[in-house]
Amino acid sequence: MKDSMIRGADIVVRSLIAEQAEIIFGYPGGAIMPVYDALYDYHEQIKHVLTRHEQGAIHAAQGYARVSGKVGVCLATSGPGATNLITGLADAQIDSTPLVCITGQVAAHLLGTDAFQETDVVGISMPGTKWNIQVRTVEEIAPAIAKGFYIARSGRPGPVLIDITKNAQVDFGSFNYVPCLGFRSYKTHQVIDQAVVSQAAKLINEAERPYLLFGQGITLGKAETELKFFLDKSGIPAACTLLGSGALSEDHPNFVGKLGMHGNYAPNLLTNQCDVLIAVGMRFDDRVTGDLKRYAKQAKVIHLELDAAEINKNVKAEVAIHGDCKESLSLLTEAVDKKTHEGWMGKFKELEKMEKEAVMQHDITPTKTGLTMGEVINQINQYKADDAVLVTDVGQHQMIAWRYFNYKKTRTQVTSGGLGTMGFALPAALGAQLYDYSRQVICVVGDGGIQMTIQELGTIMQTKAPVKIVLLNNNFLGMVRQWQQMFFDRRYSFTELDNPDFVKIADAYNIRSQKVTERTDLTEAIEDMLIHDGPFFLEVVVEKEDNVFPMIATGCSVEEVRLS
Amino acid sequence: MKRYTIFVITENFIGILNRITIIFTRRGINIDALTASESRLEGIHRVTIEVAASEDTVIQLVNQIEKIIDVIKAFYHEDSAVVYQELALYKIPVARLEAGLEKIIRQHNAKVISAEPEFVVLELTGHKEQTQELLEILKGYGLLEFARSGRVAVAKRMLTIDSLLK
Repeated sequence: MKDSMIRGADIVVRSLIAEQAEIIFGYPGGAIMPVYDALYDYHEQIKHVLTRHEQGAIHAAQGYARVSGKVGVCLATSGPGATNLITGLADAQIDSTPLVCITGQVAAHLLGTDAFQETDVVGISMPGTKWNIQVRTVEEIAPAIAKGFYIARSGRPGPVLIDITKNAQVDFGSFNYVPCLGFRSYKTHQVIDQAVVSQAAKLINEAERPYLLFGQGITLGKAETELKFFLDKSGIPAACTLLGSGALSEDHPNFVGKLGMHGNYAPNLLTNQCDVLIAVGMRFDDRVTGDLKRYAKQAKVIHLELDAAEINKNVKAEVAIHGDCKESLSLLTEAVDKKTHEGWMGKFKELEKMEKEAVMQHDITPTKTGLTMGEVINQINQYKADDAVLVTDVGQHQMIAWRYFNYKKTRTQVTSGGLGTMGFALPAALGAQLYDYSRQVICVVGDGGIQMTIQELGTIMQTKAPVKIVLLNNNFLGMVRQWQQMFFDRRYSFTELDNPDFVKIADAYNIRSQKVTERTDLTEAIEDMLIHDGPFFLEVVVEKEDNVFPMIATGCSVEEVRLS
Repeated sequence: MKRYTIFVITENFIGILNRITIIFTRRGINIDALTASESRLEGIHRVTIEVAASEDTVIQLVNQIEKIIDVIKAFYHEDSAVVYQELALYKIPVARLEAGLEKIIRQHNAKVISAEPEFVVLELTGHKEQTQELLEILKGYGLLEFARSGRVAVAKRMLTIDSLLK
């Protein structure tokens, strides 16, 4: 019997392997050293990527999870190692990203004594995780990891943190991995109420101006085909949220654009003209709805949602279909009439034309000297692969890239949506790339955000991940500057940046780089970047004070969306 | 704003109370009283929370509580839908035991549960209005200490925990 006993640290690694984790993003330290020691023995079965900061590790795990649909795994030590994960946990929580983060903890007998690198990470991370637990004995390790993976990936996905004391890692125990298949306090499957589906179908069949909004729930629920079938049959125009992008190809005839503060003109404006609003796998974030008191008040709302706490949270639903949208959309497709809505669709086209003339033309084919962010993204569109992944940071470049990137495939959109975490893009792109070296991963980032996690260029160098980094440099914290211009009398309080020579930094990391300041050099630079076999850093100096439009200002209604 | 009783049926794991209360903290809602105890079934606890809020808010609180992985079920009820009691203890100095006090104790159905050389402890069980009324009176008798429990309640509706575990 004694022979079959292994160290807790080995149990940690073997449990991860049993869960088919392929890659761990992490950073070692005192309280997690036994696990790192164990990893030395298993490097052929599970890969570990040493990032340059724990925040980089967790964002990389998020990037990996978002493109793969698998659980991202992250490893860190106690104290500062653990607290450095908090931003990523909060980000994954609000964006429903499945993660299992394992942190080391001081030995159980030292808990609560302010021991070296002790922090109450279970307490700190409680509101920012879907579930967390502290493991103090070797026997608890495997069951906690099994439960953690189950919770992270099932239902509405989210981040899990497992804090393992050092004594549990070094003690010996037997290993017999039993995957978690469920437990009594946590129900993941909801039987769809057919009567409610019929009610919804009746509303849809009687509607003259029905309108569908979809969010990341489509991707998370693997309901991309079901959504397409529903739209094909019902003829209903459909718009996506930021995180919903990619779940439906933008080439689909029913796709009318993007929602929200910097989304498209028609999809926002017409929200207040539809008679039935069908929301699928989205949570009516304030960046989507604007002023709730003036949001779709004329419409009967049908909400297809897995998370019961999201139903009636921000917008009251006339009919709520609680359950997995893969199932509910299929049932709804069966129950709705085959229709076209040409006249109604025409309204979207009309307004789209207005947006093209007032905004897009200037963004994509500018007549002034300075380069625009929009034309960079537009050029990328010309040369990118259909399944290229776009990873963005937070700010103006994020909104512009989202607006102009042509999404054709699911899981090609990776960005920090709910939390708006600057510094997300570079490590997330690394994680996305490490899932599949052969796929094009384009990381569009601003000069503010990149400097929050720029150290991960080191990880890109070490892993040779062929990430294509496009830095849109306006020497400003552009989005904040735009708000200062529009709402704070142009008082540019601490938003202008004196930046380093980014190309030299990339050079120092042995990453091929180029800087573009003239329009004439742009196309060739993008082509060079995309065909380059390895990481590439392209800095494009863009107009300093360009703004992102359309825009729904804070407190305004969706129908007050501005074109300038 | 109305008074509601929230029942939470939960696994008895470390930190569960914290998980529940931070949902209130996040929204800036004050918990008026909270009691936690083992339920009829081993390993399952029930937490009773008394809160004043709008029904919309209470519904969202309950939904978010129920979303906690280790919580089995959460409900809310108006006062009329629950049977509830609170327990109050009053510490009175012996020096102030007067004839009038005996009458008050009788009238309120309070009990003397402990008599020490320097003080006596009275107990009263009832709704807050009742224990509060006695509190106001006893302030005139040199009340030394007062403690009141949170609400202990059961719902009038016929539903058992067992049925939730299936």
